Amino acid sequence: MTLNRRVFLGAAGVVAAGLSAPMVLAQGKPRVVVVGGGAGGATAARYIAKDSKGEIDVTLIEPSRTYYTCFFSNLYLGGFQDLSDIAHSYGTLAANYGINVVHDWATGVDRDAKTVALAGGGSVPYDKLILSPGIDFVDGAVEGWDVSAQNKMPHAYKAGSQTELLKAQIMAMPEGGTFAMVAPPNPFRCPPGPYERISMVAHVLRENNPTAKIIVADPKPKFSKMSLFQEGWANHYEGMVDWIGEDFGGGIVSVNPDAMTVTIDGEETKVDVCNVIPAMKAGRIAEMAGVTDGNWAPVNAADMSSKADPDIYVLGDASQQGDMPKSGFSANSQAKVCANAVRGALTGSKVFPAKFSNTCWSLIDTDDGVKVGATYEATPEKIAKVDGFISQTGEDADLRKATYEESVGWYAGITSDMFG
Amino acid sequence: MRWSNIVLSAAAVAITASSTYATEDLGDAEAGKVVFAKCKGCHQVGEGAENKIGPHLNGVFGRKAAGLDGFNYSKSLVRAGNSGLEWHADTLSAYIENPRAFASGTRMSFRGLKDPKDRANVIAYLRGFSDNPQDIPEADPTARGTDHSVDPAILAIQGDPEYGAYLSSECTTCHQIEGGDEGIPSIVYWPDEDFVVAMHAYKDKQRPHPVMQMIAGRLSNDEIAALAAYFNNPE
Repeated sequence: MTLNRRVFLGAAGVVAAGLSAPMVLAQGKPRVVVVGGGAGGATAARYIAKDSKGEIDVTLIEPSRTYYTCFFSNLYLGGFQDLSDIAHSYGTLAANYGINVVHDWATGVDRDAKTVALAGGGSVPYDKLILSPGIDFVDGAVEGWDVSAQNKMPHAYKAGSQTELLKAQIMAMPEGGTFAMVAPPNPFRCPPGPYERISMVAHVLRENNPTAKIIVADPKPKFSKMSLFQEGWANHYEGMVDWIGEDFGGGIVSVNPDAMTVTIDGEETKVDVCNVIPAMKAGRIAEMAGVTDGNWAPVNAADMSSKADPDIYVLGDASQQGDMPKSGFSANSQAKVCANAVRGALTGSKVFPAKFSNTCWSLIDTDDGVKVGATYEATPEKIAKVDGFISQTGEDADLRKATYEESVGWYAGITSDMFG
Repeated sequence: MRWSNIVLSAAAVAITASSTYATEDLGDAEAGKVVFAKCKGCHQVGEGAENKIGPHLNGVFGRKAAGLDGFNYSKSLVRAGNSGLEWHADTLSAYIENPRAFASGTRMSFRGLKDPKDRANVIAYLRGFSDNPQDIPEADPTARGTDHSVDPAILAIQGDPEYGAYLSSECTTCHQIEGGDEGIPSIVYWPDEDFVVAMHAYKDKQRPHPVMQMIAGRLSNDEIAALAAYFNNPE
C-alpha cells in the first residue's frame, strides 16, 4: 500500500468516528449513508469515498465487526477454506478511505427527515441512502421450522456462526448417517449455492464417512447448473446424493427439529443433520424503510434507485431488478453503477451508462470447478440479460482445475474490491 | 451455427430505435399477448398448458426443435432439431416470420407474422413462460445487447482515462488493481497497444476464455481504448 491522499483523508475519518459525531465535521458536504457491509454495501461505500476524493461524507452501518462472506462459505464446509480465510474487517475502509464505519443495527428510516435510526440510539442524516441488507427468511416457509430452531437445524445461509455450526454437525454425524437439506424456492440468494453445498458435504462425507447419505427436498423442478452438478455427483459421489425435486414431492415438506425428522411427501425420515434453507425476502430494513413490494425492493435498472423513493437505492439480494441472480458478484457489479450515479447526483461528476455482469463459480470436488456467467444491461423495464455462457458437461480435468483456480483469484479480487 | 446466421438479418430488422437505452427488450409482452391470439387455436402456454394441435410453448426457449416427448412433430422439424436447431429469440422470429420458408414440410399451417414488431412482441410474451435468468442464470437472454462493430482504425483511438476508471470497476471484481496474479492475471501497467490488441482478440473470440469473451464482446472500441488508458497507469 502506497502512502497517498487517501491515507491522509482516512486519518480524518478515524478521528471523526472517535468523536462519535461524524455528521458535525461533515457539515456542508453531501452525506451518503450505506446500510449493510457486504458485497453491495462495502463496494458502494468504498467507490463513493474513493472516487469523490473527500467531497462526499460516507457512513457505513454494519453490525458485524468481522464479516464472513457467504460466497466461499461452502468451501469452508468442504474443507477447502478455513473460517479465517472468509473473514474480513472494515479497518481499511475506515483508515484508508475515510469512511465512517458504524457497528450498529439500523432500526428504521425516516424518509421525510432523511435519517436512519440506530439500535444503539441516535440517528444518522443522509442526502442519499443506499440499502444493501441482504436477505431474511420468510416466516412459516418450512412447516415446523422457525428461526428459534436454527441451532438444531441450521440454515447456514448467512455466513459465520451458522456455517461453523453446520460444519460441526456434519463432522459429528454417526457412521452411515443421513444429511438432509430442505432447498429454497425461487428466487433466493446464490442460485447454485445449495447444490455446491451438497457437493461440498458429499466431499467431506466421502473422506470421513463414506457410507453416509444425503437427501435433498427441493420445491423446484430444476436448478442452476443442474446437469453439471448431477454429472459431478454421479462421477464423484456415486449413490450418495438423493435429490427429490418437485415432481417427486420435494416441495411437500415439514420438519421436526426436536425429533430430528424430515417428512417429504408424507414419508418421515430420521436424520442426523438437517440444513433448512427457507424461502427468502429482502433484509428487514428494506421493509422498514417502506421500499419493498412483496418480498423484495423494486429498483430502476439505470441506477438501482428505489421505485418508491428517488433518494434511496437498494443493492444486491434485497433488490428486485430483473434478470440478475442474487449473488455477491451481482451486488458488487450493481454497487459500482449505483456509486457512479450517486456521486453524479451529489457532486455533478460524469455519470456513465450502466453495465452489469455476473459470474458464479461452483466447486464440485477437488479441482473440479464450474461456472456460469452473463452480461446484463439496463432497459426501461428491468436489468435484462443480453449474453452469457456456462461450463459444459464432460470438460477435461485441466479446464476444471483452471476454473477452480480462477474462482480463488476472483475471491481475492472481489474481497479487495469490497474491503480495500 | 448456420441457423443463427440465417436469422441474424431477421433479428436486426426487429430492433427498433430507443432514445435513452441502447439495449432493447425482446419486445412488449403485453402487446405480444394480443398477438398470441393468432396462435391460440393450436398452441397453449402458461399454467397447465398441454399439447393440442401444436405443442405447448412452456419452456420453449433453449429447447431443441421438436424437443418435447409425446408430440408428433413433422419429419422436417425433427431433422432440424437433430441438426442442432434450438429455439431462441432469433430462431423463433425467423420461424414465425415464414414457417414454411424456415422448415419446409412443417405441419405448422400458419402463413407467418410479417411485422417484425408483432414477432418481437409475441416472442417477449412467450419468453415469460420459460426459465427466468434470475433463478437459472444460464437461461436464455431477455434482451438484445448493443451491437459493437469493429472499427479498422482501432489503435488510433485516444482513450478517456476517466471513462476507463469507471469501466475498470467491472474488471476489478476479478483482476486486482494492486496487480495480484494468482488464478487471474494482472492487467495493470500494460502498454496501451498490447491491452487493446488483447481485448479485441477476446472480442473477436480469437482468444479463448468465456468470461473475457463475454466482457470484451460488449465493449466498444472507445471503451477498450479508455480501459487501456486507465490501466496503463491506474492512480
